[in-house]
Amino acid sequence: MTVPLAVTTPGAPGGLAAQLLIIFLAAALTDNILLTRFLGMCSFLAISRQMKTSLGLGVAVAFVTTVTAAINYLVHRYITAPLGVEFLDLIVFIVVIAAFVQILEMAVERFSPALYFALGIFLPLITVNCAILGVSLFMLNKQGYGLWQALVYGAGNGVGWLLAILLMAGIRQKLKEDKIPAGLRGAPITLIISGIIALGFIGFSGMVKF
Amino acid sequence: MPKRFADTAGGKAFLLNLWQDNPVFRQVLGICSTLAVTNLATNTLFMCLGLTFATALTSWTCSALRHHTPRQTRMMVQVLIAAAYVIVVDIALRAYVPDVHRLIGPYVGLIITNCIIMGRAEAFAIKNPPVPAFLDGAGAGLGYSGVLLAIACVREPLGFGTLFGLPLPAREAWFHPVTIMVMPPGAFFMLALVSWLGISLTARRPAGPPKGAAK
Repeated sequence: MTVPLAVTTPGAPGGLAAQLLIIFLAAALTDNILLTRFLGMCSFLAISRQMKTSLGLGVAVAFVTTVTAAINYLVHRYITAPLGVEFLDLIVFIVVIAAFVQILEMAVERFSPALYFALGIFLPLITVNCAILGVSLFMLNKQGYGLWQALVYGAGNGVGWLLAILLMAGIRQKLKEDKIPAGLRGAPITLIISGIIALGFIGFSGMVKF
Repeated sequence: MPKRFADTAGGKAFLLNLWQDNPVFRQVLGICSTLAVTNLATNTLFMCLGLTFATALTSWTCSALRHHTPRQTRMMVQVLIAAAYVIVVDIALRAYVPDVHRLIGPYVGLIITNCIIMGRAEAFAIKNPPVPAFLDGAGAGLGYSGVLLAIACVREPLGFGTLFGLPLPAREAWFHPVTIMVMPPGAFFMLALVSWLGISLTARRPAGPPKGAAK
């Protein structure tokens, strides 16, 4: 019998810090948003050709996921749920994400032009990155999450996405030299490699029990 | 004498999206849900119906409003139009097929950010009249559906020995669960194979004079 490291239900022994660490590891590794939930695949396939752009997009996704998960948690908890209009969550979440990305873009442009040029084209793209909306939607399915848990869950998923795209970018840089059948070039070979990486990540399951 | 369907603007776009410019393996759009919902054919079918409905009507609406949408905010308008239709799909699935909704619920919500919808709205609907835009969206939705159902019809029999939830004939005799097929890596491998097939079959002949022609 395997002994779970900890349980993520509220009131479990281990204190808040341990619980948050478990949520983080589970979200980043065993439940990786890209490799087991397949979210953010379109930009993953398109961008992972280069290491530098992958890092830029990955960091932007990780940051936006973390913050919007927390904001959307508050919106759901204090606005849509008490009013009984949960079916509007979808529309509200996407507006929150779009608005946050817009504000972030303006803030980055104002305070750090260097970062703005580095991230430039990726920020607007993020609004329609399904990983961001996905994290907020999956968060609603988790029982007993508070604000801290939501924030850490967002961060874990964001870091997991960053990790996956960096792994892929590294592999694809080596792949450029190889001879690949014409029909497999581009997306299909990337999908096969993703499958193999996903197999590796499945090895983490059992490490954290939900 | 009416024009042939394939000669009208909408008909042409419809057929192109169905096969030659297929959104999944040609344009590499809408990959997330392609991978996520294809381990059970029933879930796949409802996802496809939802996506086709939302894409066709979003294209139609975006096109109908195209003269009234300011250029700067058109992305936001498109997302909100898509969100409205997706909520309709979400509520309908929740009411009529709650079991399916429990499994694919979040992915239905994610139709909003499905790149096929945005792609068709941006590439076609903003510069064409409503009826061709509707057909263009419907073609993209059906092209997506074809690929998804093809993948699901391999994954479900290999993983569970069933199709649309019904056991296949003589299941006991041959069935041995290929667990990998219903797990995430199986989705990646199957989509890669189907894309490979699709890309090879639709590969365009190089334009211009055939090989060996005098330069």
